[in-house]
Amino acid sequence: MKTWLRIFFVGSAISYRALFNWISPYMYIPTMLGSPLFQILFFTYLGRYAHTGHGDAFFVVGNAVQVCGMSSVYGMTMSVANERQFSTLGPLLASPGSRSAIFLGRGLPVLANGLVVSGFGFVVGRLLTNFHPALRVVPALALIVLATTASCTAFGMLLGSIGLRGKDFFFAANLAYYLLLLFCGVNIPLSVLPDWMAAIGRCLPLTHGIMAAREIAGGARLGDVSGLLWTELGIAVAYAAVGYVFFRVLEISSRRSAVLDSL
Amino acid sequence: MRKYAHMVWMGLVFRTRELSTSRWFMLGAVIQPVIFATIAFYLFRAGGEPGTLLYAALGAGMMGIWSSTLFGSGGALQWNRWQGTLELLIAAPAPFILVLLPLTLATSVTGAYALAATVFWGRLFFGVPLHFVHPAAFVLAVPVAVIALGLMGLLMGSSFILYRNANALSNLLEYPVWVATGLLFPVALLPGWVGPISWLLAPTWGIEAIRHAALGGSVWFPLGICAGVGLIYFALAAAVLRVFERAARNRATLSLS
Repeated sequence: MKTWLRIFFVGSAISYRALFNWISPYMYIPTMLGSPLFQILFFTYLGRYAHTGHGDAFFVVGNAVQVCGMSSVYGMTMSVANERQFSTLGPLLASPGSRSAIFLGRGLPVLANGLVVSGFGFVVGRLLTNFHPALRVVPALALIVLATTASCTAFGMLLGSIGLRGKDFFFAANLAYYLLLLFCGVNIPLSVLPDWMAAIGRCLPLTHGIMAAREIAGGARLGDVSGLLWTELGIAVAYAAVGYVFFRVLEISSRRSAVLDSL
Repeated sequence: MRKYAHMVWMGLVFRTRELSTSRWFMLGAVIQPVIFATIAFYLFRAGGEPGTLLYAALGAGMMGIWSSTLFGSGGALQWNRWQGTLELLIAAPAPFILVLLPLTLATSVTGAYALAATVFWGRLFFGVPLHFVHPAAFVLAVPVAVIALGLMGLLMGSSFILYRNANALSNLLEYPVWVATGLLFPVALLPGWVGPISWLLAPTWGIEAIRHAALGGSVWFPLGICAGVGLIYFALAAAVLRVFERAARNRATLSLS
């Protein structure tokens, strides 16, 4: 157990530093903070112009939660799939370390980063738009964002696992990021979407978290949204489990067909 | 003169074909704008103003042109740097600005798929009415806007020669230009200081000319400004490139990535 925890915590930190050594402040600030800031402003102003009847809070909360995907979806996909790009996948999988510790540990720094990005989104939304939630809702909001970022990270794990074999994993991550924007009620309420789109949205991360966050920001108590919160966590567990199974299956089949490092 | 025109044309055709086979570019040029157009359609529909759907389709298309230009032009030099061809291009006898020009023009030309995609998507799934008030002016306004954006990309590409993290800057600049140029909502909604900034940006005039051609209004004034701004970008890019190229040679940093 001690070894498992060491690989989970220390291994994840080392791998994150190694795989993302190219992230300098010059890269991080424009990409992870600048882009989400303008995404929030873009959709808030679009919402105002379209006269949808929703206030700024609807768009700020939706987008501030969704921008965690910038780290969770892209970051997690790269955390797993880049091992192959950097030719470190072979040595990694030759090691006797627990696969679950290796796989799940990759999500930890990505999750933390997603929380920072999302938190930044809420702060700039508060400063630059008409989004003024009561201070007392902040802890509950933080909990919701944590759960939602976790489910987004789990979704990224699944995409990353596919990236162990797929060549265009970054294309898939990009596509997924934009589809989340459309399907998960980030800017359009699910009730407005066609039934089939709303049904897909309910199976994706973010959707229930965003609904819960909107209610909390509107003054609801945590107990009022517990159903949404548990659903979001359930989705996180489901994606992480499917991602892990994919990871193992693709690892075994890649060994068998000797395509582990093929690009 | 003729041989340079031929070189630019061949470069444009070659690069456009190359980009058209890239799934990555097609994501930016077709799928992403269609997703944004869909979001805008639903929002405008929820607001009960179906007349604005063509407005949204054109704006989302222009967003795609900008994204394609931004990432393609911003990365044009960096990709050549990574592939080890930047020195060869600079050492070639043709002026480097004319070597770079087709690379950036091709990104905006590829981005023009976005406009076709969003209008087609809007017509097919949202019943967007395609009644263009000035169809001839629309046919002229689109290529002028596309070329002006390509020249804007040339200026960006030229400026990025010294900036190693050009792709980070590209990531940052996508949304701000969408916001500041009124592609999906008027600039008048934004704080007053954004207005003068928007006047310097070709997409502001390009989308105004395209929208006026489609929905009614004066086309020639914004179109003329769009073309003029494009020419200014070209002149600035030539000057910037000369200075930055010399600096990169002096510091021996041309090929460092």
